[in-house]
Amino acid sequence: MIAFTDRTVGEIRTLVTTGEASATDICRAYLDRIRAVDPRVQAFRAVLDAAALEDAARVDRARREGRGAGPLAGVPIAVKDVLCTRGTPTTCGSRILEKFVPGFDATCVARLRAAGAVIVGKTNMDEFAMGSSTENSAYEKTRNPWDLGCVPGGSSGGSAACVAADEAAASLGTDTGGSIRQPAAFCGIPALKPTYGRVSRYGLVAFASSLDQVGPFGRTVEDVARVLQVIAGHDPLDSTSAPRPVPDYAAVLDRGLLGLRIGVPREYFPTGLDPEVDAAVRGALQIAGKAGASLAEITLPHTEYAIPAYYIVATAEASSNLARYDGVRYGHRTPAPADLPGLYVGTRTEGFGAEVKRRIMLGTYVLSSGYYDAYYLKAQKVRTLLRQDFDRAFENVDVIVTPTSPTAAFRFGDKVDDPLAMYLSDIFTVTLNLAGLPGISIPCGLTKDRLPIGLQIVGRRFDEEMVLRVAAALEGELGFRGAHRPPALAPAP
Amino acid sequence: MAIGKDQIRHIARLANLEFSETEIERFSRQFNAILDHVAQLDRLDTAHIEPTFHVDGGAHALRDDKVAESIPQGEALANAPEAARGLFKVPRVLG
Repeated sequence: MIAFTDRTVGEIRTLVTTGEASATDICRAYLDRIRAVDPRVQAFRAVLDAAALEDAARVDRARREGRGAGPLAGVPIAVKDVLCTRGTPTTCGSRILEKFVPGFDATCVARLRAAGAVIVGKTNMDEFAMGSSTENSAYEKTRNPWDLGCVPGGSSGGSAACVAADEAAASLGTDTGGSIRQPAAFCGIPALKPTYGRVSRYGLVAFASSLDQVGPFGRTVEDVARVLQVIAGHDPLDSTSAPRPVPDYAAVLDRGLLGLRIGVPREYFPTGLDPEVDAAVRGALQIAGKAGASLAEITLPHTEYAIPAYYIVATAEASSNLARYDGVRYGHRTPAPADLPGLYVGTRTEGFGAEVKRRIMLGTYVLSSGYYDAYYLKAQKVRTLLRQDFDRAFENVDVIVTPTSPTAAFRFGDKVDDPLAMYLSDIFTVTLNLAGLPGISIPCGLTKDRLPIGLQIVGRRFDEEMVLRVAAALEGELGFRGAHRPPALAPAP
Repeated sequence: MAIGKDQIRHIARLANLEFSETEIERFSRQFNAILDHVAQLDRLDTAHIEPTFHVDGGAHALRDDKVAESIPQGEALANAPEAARGLFKVPRVLG
């Protein structure tokens, strides 16, 4: 018999709705798995044992009483600690929010609960989602299940690692410059950053409001689609969420690649790209070609300007958003401040970590008097050029395929002291945030050190259907999950 | 444009942050490396390009202003480091 912790989202729902297994038994199996492996993976900031078992009992009771089951009935899901959960601490990986307990659920979390999902825990992350390795968390050091000496990626490192280690059936992360797709690539699982506006940001603690988006991690593309189905759609509490109907994502997953046009942008395969990444992505493209897609080399000429533009826009918005942490309404407050300015400075200096301070400083600088035009306005204009690159490309292709990250997972400490090197690891992902486009990362191979390599599929705005369809087809052709799994995480000695 | 330690101190004041001399030293080094990288944007002529502040132009950002229930006062104050008589409490501002 297949372990509950190895079942897909769809299988778990079927087990629960047919009464073959109870949500409670499934929840216990995942909590056991977390107890067994999380001391080493450290994906979780908090495991919500009691609340999860209550959620599960509610699902079981609803079934017994014939009240029907939601689309995620009994599915254990983990949530990044940047998403508000009512009555449960939401720290954002920061000391400044160590004791913050939201009085409400983020809309995406509320929708998961309404769909019958069982929230098993809150996952670790880079402080305020700023980072690409989860090393900037003020708390745990989350490890990559494929190699415990490597980072899981970031900033949603906990959400990626817990699904890769079978500690949850799916999870939610957030993506401002690659924070869903890059850790998914590093941890060998699929995960999607939806179009800006597809998923409500209400209850997502803001980093960069014009770039942030919530999205799902799963063990299969179908699992990702099933979770997206539940969290997508307009929310009156987020005026930037789009009032558009949500299509049936599962319905398009088996439509294959025949006749589709895949764009391959030459700027995303630069000289010096890690040869193993290059070979794995090109190998997958060949397979897509054999399965009936046509491949076309395209150009996105402003790609090289994306990282500088991103770090201006993102830090400017962050410096403004993080001004709210002043020690007055919530979060840490410095003890015994001399006066009000002393309260602000002491609270913020004690509460924020180095990378967050660096970004607040950079953002404050680019917005400061005399520099706005040179930096912020310039970057927003470059953003227009990047969007136009994509608009032109999508006149001739259905999707664009690139590597997700220029390398596989790196080792702890490799980049933590060199912010610029860390920023450059987002080079293939930030463009989508700047242009507001949807993108998924799926695993497409392993390095010789047995670390996963991710491939990114980019679609037109609000065309998650096409992105998921291509991802599902390629997933089937590549058979990655059937062939490769993280090394068994044996019980702790 | 290189940025000096005095300017770092000025930005820190604007951001309500405080740094040790060692941190300011390190910041100015890292800042200059990042700003050098950012300087490549100057190669692009953007004189006639419209900025993208928001990917969909904020098209549906407006709604009717309706009176509705908000969160109760107790809940709003629940996370306050210090509260008194239904208010957030801060150090004395006026003598």
